[in-house]
Amino acid sequence: MPADFIPSTQDLLRLLPEAVLVAAGTIGLVLEPLLRDSRKRVTGVFSLAGLIVALWAVVVSRAYPGTAFRNMIVVDGFATFFRTLVIAVGILTVILSLHYIQRERPESGEFYPLLVFSVAGQCLMAVGNELIVIFIGLEISSIASYILAGYLRDDPRSNESGLKYFLLGSFATAFFLYGVAWIYGATGTTNLREIGDIIAKPEIRPPLVIVGTSAALMLVGLAFKVAAAPFQIWAADVYQGAPAPVTAFLAAGPKAAAFAVMVRILMVAFDPIGAAWEPLLWIVALATMTIGNFAALVQDNIKRLLAYSSIAHAGYVLVAVTAHSDAGSAAVMFYLAAYAFMNVGAFAVVTHVARAGERRLSLSDFAGLARREPAVAGLFTIFLLSLIGIPLTGGFFGKFYIFKAALESRLYLLTILGLLNSAVAAYYYLRVLVAMYFHEPAAGTVEAMPVTPGVSFVLWFSAGATLLLGIFPTLVLQFADQGASLALVR
Amino acid sequence: MMEQLWLIPALPLAGFVVNGVLGRRVSKAVVHTVAIGTVALSFLWVLKTLSALMPLETAHVERYGTWIASGSLEFALEFAVDRLTAVMLLVVTGVGLVIHIYSVGYMAHEGGYYRFFAFLNLFMFFMLTLVLANNFLLLFVGWEGVGLCSYLLIGFYFLRRSATTAGNKAFIVNRIGDFGFSLAMFLMVVTFGSLDFAKVFPAVEKMPVEAAAGVVTAICLLLFVGATGKSAQIPLYVWLPDAMEGPTPVSALIHAATMVTAGVYMIARSWPLFTHAPLAMDVVATIGLLTALVAATIGMTQFDIKKVFAYSTVSQLGYMILGVGVGAFGAGIFHLVTHAFFKALLFLGSGSVIHALSGEQDLRKMGGLRKHTPITFVTLVCAGVAIAGVPPFSGFFSKDEILLAAHHHHPWMYWIGALTAGITAFYVFRAIFLCFFGEYRGEGRPHESPPSMTIPLIVLAALSLGGGFLPVPHFLDPVFPAMEGQHESALVFVSVALGLAGIGVAAWFYVLRPGLADRVAASLGGLYRLVYNKYFVDEIYWAAVVRPVVGGSRTLLWRVMDAGVIDGIVNGIGGRARDAGRLVRLLQSGNIRSYATWVLLGSVFAIIGMGLAGGLR
Repeated sequence: MPADFIPSTQDLLRLLPEAVLVAAGTIGLVLEPLLRDSRKRVTGVFSLAGLIVALWAVVVSRAYPGTAFRNMIVVDGFATFFRTLVIAVGILTVILSLHYIQRERPESGEFYPLLVFSVAGQCLMAVGNELIVIFIGLEISSIASYILAGYLRDDPRSNESGLKYFLLGSFATAFFLYGVAWIYGATGTTNLREIGDIIAKPEIRPPLVIVGTSAALMLVGLAFKVAAAPFQIWAADVYQGAPAPVTAFLAAGPKAAAFAVMVRILMVAFDPIGAAWEPLLWIVALATMTIGNFAALVQDNIKRLLAYSSIAHAGYVLVAVTAHSDAGSAAVMFYLAAYAFMNVGAFAVVTHVARAGERRLSLSDFAGLARREPAVAGLFTIFLLSLIGIPLTGGFFGKFYIFKAALESRLYLLTILGLLNSAVAAYYYLRVLVAMYFHEPAAGTVEAMPVTPGVSFVLWFSAGATLLLGIFPTLVLQFADQGASLALVR
Repeated sequence: MMEQLWLIPALPLAGFVVNGVLGRRVSKAVVHTVAIGTVALSFLWVLKTLSALMPLETAHVERYGTWIASGSLEFALEFAVDRLTAVMLLVVTGVGLVIHIYSVGYMAHEGGYYRFFAFLNLFMFFMLTLVLANNFLLLFVGWEGVGLCSYLLIGFYFLRRSATTAGNKAFIVNRIGDFGFSLAMFLMVVTFGSLDFAKVFPAVEKMPVEAAAGVVTAICLLLFVGATGKSAQIPLYVWLPDAMEGPTPVSALIHAATMVTAGVYMIARSWPLFTHAPLAMDVVATIGLLTALVAATIGMTQFDIKKVFAYSTVSQLGYMILGVGVGAFGAGIFHLVTHAFFKALLFLGSGSVIHALSGEQDLRKMGGLRKHTPITFVTLVCAGVAIAGVPPFSGFFSKDEILLAAHHHHPWMYWIGALTAGITAFYVFRAIFLCFFGEYRGEGRPHESPPSMTIPLIVLAALSLGGGFLPVPHFLDPVFPAMEGQHESALVFVSVALGLAGIGVAAWFYVLRPGLADRVAASLGGLYRLVYNKYFVDEIYWAAVVRPVVGGSRTLLWRVMDAGVIDGIVNGIGGRARDAGRLVRLLQSGNIRSYATWVLLGSVFAIIGMGLAGGLR
């Protein structure tokens, strides 16, 4: 019956945010060549509007929970949470970039549509209920991010970043796709729920070697996307070389979406073989935290330091994934939200301090910042304290829920090692604080520059969100709790 | 009945906000009026609340709402006052007020006046939150907050590199302690499903000692790790002596009277846990005793007047920890109170001396100051007799209660404690004699401090002398489990005799026979150098912990896992063509390939791990 191929209105509404984003991105790209060079910024404003409409669309589609397009996507609390998160990160990144792109590459306007496409891909990853949809989302998100990382054509650092990200990223995506092929071959389906059902029944399930191998292949691809050890190796170079607002985006948006996919695949499709992937994730989580934190100890470039810090934070999130429980998934969600804001805020500071051409990225460039620009230093302090995990910031409760979930799942040793890791981590954040407050500015320091309105908005908003999550975590935690349990409905 | 307890911490917080926002633009007079005013109001509010709540037989709890609710776990936003909190509130706001007033004179010539008072007020806010908290989570908020303020204030003179280093050290060492504390909290959540005092403690009470032994012992030991960090006990005491880089009022308030006693308070507060973990109690008592002895011996050899008193603080904190460790919780808190008086006085007095000598802290460059700074001299002697345990002054009462309880626990603990009391008397009077007797050995003209500094000294001197008559232990009786044990006059006599002997030896060495001390030190040779260099603990930590970690990170992780290519390739930015060449070279240099190899190896590892694990099951 032909009528079957026409999706219902409800189905369309469930996909509304992605539709809005793709439309906004496409119109933005078409609009760009029509604009005079001096007015390329219009695409930015347009994309911002598109993202805000998409946020509204998320709220609309939230009213229609359930699956759509023959179970290919699912709108549940989990999906809504991550859609909101990645769109929020997208909005902040656009605002952060408005002045930056104007300064670094004023003649181009495709930056913003690309960003919108990347966000669209991440939203699709969040709602994907099926491996092919997830893969398509992953690719939409990744390909746009490769271009964004290399966006500053005249800057070899940015070139190198984009190229490395692209080559290694494609390599890793191939692993993911290969895993999808294996599981399809073994079970005859790519639907997560059906895979889970088949694996759960001993009489019809394929040999566990094959299931385990396909899960491992997919995990490799996802571990690369979240920069988990031993696949973290690209992150430092890429994050350092990419334009600062893009780095803020990469460490928050794509990473959150990849974690969403990881949790959904592991909790829904591979839930029955938890005993196989838990020990592996245990090792990966520990290695990621440890490598991230210890490598960050010796960095002098602020972007590289934050890159390693980002790796370490992915390690903490992996601890929560390893917990393999509702509480663990809720902790993943809360932590990623908290991390997104403190991370974007920190990179907003870097964007401001680095100035034109991103020449001022060494720790010594932050010396005396507290006296030159007390407000910026004060806000950076909030982000750094949150990254350390001091109470009354989002970072504290994030860690609190992660390690609580881990202990409830009897991961005693991992909890102890994780907490020790976060004690070590305090040291390198402290170096930044010390530079800002207790060091004399280097000779020949230029005068303080006014903070542009965009950066200023992102700074204050992120700081507000970080404190809000630290003082009233319940606001977000309720959503996380609901979302986490929905993801497990069989 | 609501007593609006929240006002107690909120008032200093308001002071912090006002001074933080406006302080730069208003005069010094406005800054300190705001700072002192809010603390004074807070103190008055404590008095009013307590007088309304007396006799406070049971805890008065005020709930302001649910803070966090997640699943079955709920944290209430609650403040509570019982007799223990009442004592702490009086000490914190009372001594805090006195030190705020003193700071006006001491900091008059310093830069960053508003910053100093803003941080001091913020500290008061967190400290009061800590003692008012009715669950471990809120207590931890205060715990971390006071640490942060302490760090900011240690590094206050940030132009001195040593001040920054000291601040860092305090922060890092305390992170290790906080690691223990947070792990203890997680264990409590998992074991009891709550962090509320009102839920955790009754739950422990119900558990039979045998059943509780394992997990409760673990919780207590981890809480104690937190206490060793905050209250500067072995092995984490190393940050406190360095913390003296901060302004002297900060040393007095944070690093003597209040913050560093938070660990003692926390253990006393958690007594239902600790009494169910006899093993943990033994560890606490032993570490406390050892810290008291070791720090006191170091105190004998130091020449920086603030360092002497810093090691003295470590040592006295050891006494308090010993007290709570042997189950004499009331005595531990009593010593906390008297110590707040006499140690704040010792620091403020030494600050007055340093002020008089325009920043000189070396005892060898002082001498004969009793003629120049008579008020400081008299008040410091008051503090000296109090800490030395001379009856009937405050230290005598509180210290003896601890020592007697220790004797009841294990007689050998008493003897080491009593010996330490003798050493304490010696090093305090050594400092006083070196400072105020003999000939003046420095340059410049010493002058007595202004009344804003001397009046606080006199107030604290009165409290140091008479504080022993405060009925603190009796007042705390309903809070803590009863202690059996009898008053043994002989033991009291011995410890007093040792204290007086310590004073006598100090007088003989430094007043009657100047120069004798140097000869004794020389004849002891290696032993003296060992103690003088603080048993080389800092050096050992550096060699055993800090260097391997940093060095290891640098070589192993960085060199192997992080090639740092971005920095290498951008040296000298050329034209586009050359950049393209660079990109090709990047591919050929093997960098990408080596990265890809990593990915491949990792995948093989993952696949083998998961495939096999899957297949075996």
